[in-house]
Amino acid sequence: MSHTTPPLTAKDFASNQEVKWCPGCGDYSILKQVQTVFPAFGVAKENIVFVSGIGCAARFTYYMDTYGMHTIHGRAATIAAGIKTINPNLSVWMVSGDGDALSIGGNHFIHLFRKNFDIKYLMFNNQIYGLTKGQYSPTSEQGKVAKSTPYGSVELPFNPPEVALGAKATFVARSLDRDPKHLQAMLTRANAHKGTAFVEIYQNCPVFNDGTFFAYSEKETKQEAALILEHGAPLLFGNDRSKGIRLDGTMPQIVDLNEGTYSQTDLWIHDESDKTKANLLARFPDFDLPLPRPFGVFYAELRPTYEDLLNEQANELIAKKGKPMLNKILAGEKTWTVL
Amino acid sequence: MSDLPVSASKPIIEKESIVIRFSGDSGDGMQLTGNQFADTAAFLGSDLSTFPEFPAEIRAPAGTPAGVSGFQLHFGSKQIYTPGDKYDVLVAMNAAAFKVDIAKLKTGGIIIANTGGFDKKNLQLAGYTDNVSPLDTHAVDNYSVYKIDISRHTKDCLEQSGLGTKEIERSKNMFVLGLLFWMFDEPMDYTIGFINEKFGKKPDIALANINTLKAGWNYGDNTEIFANRYKVSSAHLPPGNYRNITGNQATAIGLIAAAHQANLPLFLGSYPITPASDVLHELSKYKTSNVKTFQAEDEIASIGAAIGASYAGALAATTTSGPGMSLKAEAMGYAVMLELPLLIIDIQRGGPSTGLPTKTEQSDLLQAMYGRHGEAPLPVLAAATPSDCFETVYAAAKIAIEHTTPVICLTDGYIANGSEPWRYPQEEDLQPISVNFATQPNTDSGAFLPYKRDDRYVRPWAIPGTPGLTHRIGGLEKAHETGNVSYDANNHELMTQLRAKKINAIADAIPLASIETGKATGKLLVLGWGSTFGAIKTTVTELIAEGHEVSQLHLRHINPFPKNLHRLLTAFDKIIIPEMNCGQLVKLIRAEFLLPAISYTKVQGLPFTTAELKKFCLEQIKLF
Ligand SMILES: Cc1ncc(C[n+]2csc(CCOP(=O)(O)OP(=O)(O)O)c2C)c(N)n1
Ligand code: SF4
Ligand SMILES: [Mg+2]
Repeated sequence: MSHTTPPLTAKDFASNQEVKWCPGCGDYSILKQVQTVFPAFGVAKENIVFVSGIGCAARFTYYMDTYGMHTIHGRAATIAAGIKTINPNLSVWMVSGDGDALSIGGNHFIHLFRKNFDIKYLMFNNQIYGLTKGQYSPTSEQGKVAKSTPYGSVELPFNPPEVALGAKATFVARSLDRDPKHLQAMLTRANAHKGTAFVEIYQNCPVFNDGTFFAYSEKETKQEAALILEHGAPLLFGNDRSKGIRLDGTMPQIVDLNEGTYSQTDLWIHDESDKTKANLLARFPDFDLPLPRPFGVFYAELRPTYEDLLNEQANELIAKKGKPMLNKILAGEKTWTVL
Repeated sequence: MSDLPVSASKPIIEKESIVIRFSGDSGDGMQLTGNQFADTAAFLGSDLSTFPEFPAEIRAPAGTPAGVSGFQLHFGSKQIYTPGDKYDVLVAMNAAAFKVDIAKLKTGGIIIANTGGFDKKNLQLAGYTDNVSPLDTHAVDNYSVYKIDISRHTKDCLEQSGLGTKEIERSKNMFVLGLLFWMFDEPMDYTIGFINEKFGKKPDIALANINTLKAGWNYGDNTEIFANRYKVSSAHLPPGNYRNITGNQATAIGLIAAAHQANLPLFLGSYPITPASDVLHELSKYKTSNVKTFQAEDEIASIGAAIGASYAGALAATTTSGPGMSLKAEAMGYAVMLELPLLIIDIQRGGPSTGLPTKTEQSDLLQAMYGRHGEAPLPVLAAATPSDCFETVYAAAKIAIEHTTPVICLTDGYIANGSEPWRYPQEEDLQPISVNFATQPNTDSGAFLPYKRDDRYVRPWAIPGTPGLTHRIGGLEKAHETGNVSYDANNHELMTQLRAKKINAIADAIPLASIETGKATGKLLVLGWGSTFGAIKTTVTELIAEGHEVSQLHLRHINPFPKNLHRLLTAFDKIIIPEMNCGQLVKLIRAEFLLPAISYTKVQGLPFTTAELKKFCLEQIKLF
């Protein structure tokens, strides 16, 4: 990465294109937080590539003054994989909507994590198809009344962190558009992770799904509804952080610290390296309990990246066998001469 | 039968060319046997053409017609362009193989039958329900039949080897190979070397195979049943260094050579599919040559990854067959919009749908031409023979890189699996491929315009990592020059036309077409593309020798057509276009030139025979 570039500012990352999301769209905030934190990463603009699929979220690419590819619906992961394989030095960032990532792109979604390219994956989850004007999405809650489901959707949604963990993601986090500080922190963590870093970002779509995540962002409710994860710290939430979560076997249990039965030392201590607990955290919405929604880094694991393994394999082979000359390849194993 | 004493050397009859069909159960090792014979014949200077044919099922029920695997080899002292319509020798390892392949044995031809494969059980499995071996009926009246219990001879030979029944049974193809080497006066050394290499770590198995091979040879030499031996002299091939090559191997090393000459890494995104997988297999061996093979989760991911790799600065390719080609269609449209170098190689097979996965067809031409949404023209090239896959892929890569465009390359199962001797080039014989990565802004103002074109309508290839050229590309229509998103009506029309002009301008860079066989004017022209080359070449050569006024023209470039094509075509009274589809090139020729070309088609999953092509040409000649 270039050492000669003068320090960049947020403005340097804004392209000359007019941003065209609807007024009040949560995507604006995400764009702002990305542009705000990027200078601190110290990566020259020319070494950054944004790759997005199709959808409102995916327009993101056009607004960043970096290299960028706005690709095909669902296929951003495939293209990002090709870029990273050929040039591992690039900082590759993906942006997808919930439909782009988990519906049409579902197959690529899981395989990307399994392979563990060093790619940052930002999934803007508004639980709706924005660009096609308001159909329910694979993350919409069961019973969702939307354009294509006037009587409510009948099927269960995907839970993105759960899918990502199941697909062997090495970094899984959640944040939201309306908490700039938290979002900046998660972007920074994702950037620092070597491997595929998945960040689900709850994003408000004021036009087709307004207020879906307000419980987690608005002052009146967020203390009770949201759980901010911190590595090594107990799971605390509620007004005055008076509630905690402890584990009863494999069952989460909400406890009131003011009652005196339990103290902080009895609580579930968040451990980013514990996959079993990360899975439980991801599955909080499934429990028949008023569990808060977790935000933060669910899970982080260091595992060799696809591109590193690929290059190591090639280098080992070269060390052992050398590089064949083209003429040798053209001739193959068995030749004969006609005079 | 001859009265010669045993072991006396038997008379050797000189032949100009011979066609052998090795036919047996999928587990009988016929492909290996055929390949060994072909390699040996090539080594000794024969020209040849091979045609492996296998069932779609990996292990169809043993002994049934569905499980028959065949390998056809045509070798000769003259130039050989096809694997032959009919064979001189049929090796039938069981009754099912006999049943499937007897129809194409020449009258008077030789049958070498493994009687061990004609027992009651095998007869039943093959559908000879009356339990009468066809070898004992009038079905073989017109042939010389050699009934040999190959299974038993192999057993006898390996009794002391310590090998199990299964392994012994598996060695019987070596007996056949040894016998045929004797029969055609070919040496065993090449195969002995091969066996030693293959079973280097299992000397007992190597020895067993070699002993069986020799037993087959000795059987021919020592028993009285064979009256004659045959000999095919060396062909007068142009001087040079040769190797044997299949179409898929040629495709793979064509890609390596192009990437090498362009000084780029090679990226192959692929998803396994018959008959394309061998290109992926072959390229995955070349990790030490800056080749990155990526077995993706599906065909869409494989072309997506290739597009990403191209954007990042690789020579990127994706290989597939019909169904996969259809899955890639959307991404191809995207690549048209991006105008990045990319090779899309379709190794065609019988379709639609899963169709005839192991059989050949040329039915994806119109899909290659038009199978995309929107106005999305792409260059289309097609390979004519196994070794021509190298030339064609190389030419396609040169166009892709020098014109920054995706290019479609068509081959098919027939030439992909078939092989022929190839006078391979040296590095210095290869045309240069020039890569022009953008390194500087392309305007006086210092701005970089990613869609500013040169006089060939080619846009710059600016790869990430290049300072000062950050830009965004995507599938939305782009404004002329700036590449910014534009919904402007006139701009869309302009860009649509520019994309088409760019492809048409490639005609200025490709070689002119030329008459392959015969005179430049005349009554009848046989126009072909792709793997019909050999059958047409043989047919036209024979017709000319018989005094007819016929010529051959074969197209490598189908889009754009060579600039002189119209002029060449109009020098003939009649044009016939044979195709292994329902008439696809003929539509293009009629539409482009308003010429009343005559279509001759075959969709049986099989290549044309020279005989049927000749018959059709003669009928057309009679109509003059
Ligand atoms: C192959 C294909 N199918 C369908 C579409 C139409 N389409 C565009 S965006 C979209 C869904 C967008 O939803 P999401 O990914 O959640 O993004 P959002 O707009 O909500 O940010 C669909 C169905 C398309 N562009 N391409
Ligand atoms: S439709 Fe919704 S998601 Fe799309 S831009 Fe408008 S507010 Fe944002
Ligand atoms: Mg959405």
